[in-house]
Amino acid sequence: MTAAMPGFRLVTPRSLAEALAARAADPLARFLAGGTDLLPAMARGLVEPETLIDIGMIAELAGIAVDGDRLRIGAATTLARLQADALVARHAPVLASAAATVAGPQHRTAATVGGNLCLDTRCVFYNQSQWWRRANGFCLKREGTVCHVAPTGTRCHAAFSGDLAPAAMVLDASVEIAGPGGRRIAKLCELYRDDGAAPLCLGDEELLVALHVPAASGWIADYAKSRVRGAIDFPLAGVAVALRRSGDTLAGLRVALTGTGSRPFRLAGTDAEIGHGVDDAALERLDKLVQKQVSPMRSTMTPAHYRRRVAAALTRRLVRRLFAEAAQPPMRGGGATAPQSEMKP
Amino acid sequence: MKSILRLVLNGRTREDAVSDRSTLLDYLRAVAGLTGTKQGCDGGECGACTVLLDDAPVLACLTLARRCEGKRVETIEGLAPGGRLSRLQRAFHERLGTQCGFCTPGMIMASEALLRRNRNPSDAAIRDALSGNLCRCTGYVKIIESVKTSAAAEP
Ligand SMILES: Cc1cc2nc3c(=O)[nH]c(=O)nc-3n(C[C@H](O)[C@H](O)[C@H](O)COP(=O)(O)OP(=O)(O)OC[C@H]3O[C@@H](n4cnc5c(N)ncnc54)[C@H](O)[C@@H]3O)c2cc1C
Ligand code: SF4
Ligand code: FES
Ligand code: FES
Repeated sequence: MTAAMPGFRLVTPRSLAEALAARAADPLARFLAGGTDLLPAMARGLVEPETLIDIGMIAELAGIAVDGDRLRIGAATTLARLQADALVARHAPVLASAAATVAGPQHRTAATVGGNLCLDTRCVFYNQSQWWRRANGFCLKREGTVCHVAPTGTRCHAAFSGDLAPAAMVLDASVEIAGPGGRRIAKLCELYRDDGAAPLCLGDEELLVALHVPAASGWIADYAKSRVRGAIDFPLAGVAVALRRSGDTLAGLRVALTGTGSRPFRLAGTDAEIGHGVDDAALERLDKLVQKQVSPMRSTMTPAHYRRRVAAALTRRLVRRLFAEAAQPPMRGGGATAPQSEMKP
Repeated sequence: MKSILRLVLNGRTREDAVSDRSTLLDYLRAVAGLTGTKQGCDGGECGACTVLLDDAPVLACLTLARRCEGKRVETIEGLAPGGRLSRLQRAFHERLGTQCGFCTPGMIMASEALLRRNRNPSDAAIRDALSGNLCRCTGYVKIIESVKTSAAAEP
């Protein structure tokens, strides 16, 4: 694979303005964060940038801080840091638990929040070497005309498989984006679209600057994923749940999913459970809701119907467990599912 | 394009001309001549190329050499200056934590990173620290025992 690594130029801007200028100057440039997704993709000929813009030395993209009533996490923050950070443990522990499930420890030393949120979609017909793909006639996502997953269709169904996005979505997070036209803030859900060939609603010249997580007093959240191996593996389905409990009923419920379609998304219709307890009937309703809204396709070796059912099962288990935990007094010192406290600067 | 890379490799400062596309793995094996770091998958899947970058474990095959500018890189060779094995290496030898040996440099560097952070790790912490390293021979049990033995032998 070394031989296949294409030639490119590496530039290392020290400021956001320099990074954006470098991007604007070269239509074939790509931003390089941890490189744990981009470099293997380049070695497989999936992307062929002429310039890599290393965004690891830009101060504005680094660091985790409480900013008013939200937590601001720089896009270049590594997942290892996210796992170990005290502010994250206190205000958004679900992000640390999701980060801990990404790849392996060595990847997480380098891998970043921005790279995880901007991860390319994956498919068993796509994440292959150049010769493998050529032998198979390539595919719609790159260099080919037919989708081997859904040959009669006209779109790519590769699956978004990042673990952080659903965890951030149940916290109602937003992303701060910088581009040639200035800054904008978008809800994280709005960063994605249901198209495996172009999964991000992000201009080519735009850059993720930070993730903003609003204060979530009284919510408790966690993330669970199903995968073939217990480590170094993408989710077949990943589910994040955040809930608030009042007495014996739900006061709030948010569910978000990854790995089951071309975009991570917030499950619609969970508000109908507010005011109810979590009994077998409620879990059955949630199970149906998940099975109806996920859209796994034949993009993994594991059959799509398994991913649909495991997504629903993970949701049921998480909701049941978190609802029970929410009845208990808060654990001292936090922990992955400790109720998230009010933010104070 | 080539440019000068300056880093501290196993405790010694070096300067070499490296190309932008060169990975740390290419640099270590082909330029520095340190072939202890293994090239398993060369795609971030196996952990055989694990080295320490400023004490943290990274995959050399997914690290561009030029991004190590000014940093400390440590490889398996760095653990045995003058050929004298470290306590951790001896533990792998004595507890049969190595068979064919191909995964061993990566296993040892990942374990070394753990032991520097946590001198007395639990089984769970060891398993977690080694969860990015694949071994086709040992079945892992002996590897975990080796790391435990080394930790227990700490003065
Ligand atoms: C063996 C293996 C297993 C893996 N398992 C998992 C897993 O279980 N779960 C998972 O989620 N991921 C997994 N990954 C993928 C990857 O390691 C992580 O998703 C990681 O977080 C990507 O971050 P990065 O900083 O390395 O991204 P990079 O590779 O640097 O970038 C990824 C993409 O995002 C773009 N990008 C990066 N930062 C920004 C930014 N700030 N603004 C705009 N665009 C940006 C890049 O241009 C590129 O297109 C795995 C990878 C490997 C090799
Ligand atoms: S879903 Fe179809 S078009 Fe998309 S990567 Fe897979 S085979 Fe290619
Ligand atoms: S050679 Fe680097 S992970 Fe396999
Ligand atoms: S000892 Fe042979 S691969 Fe681990």
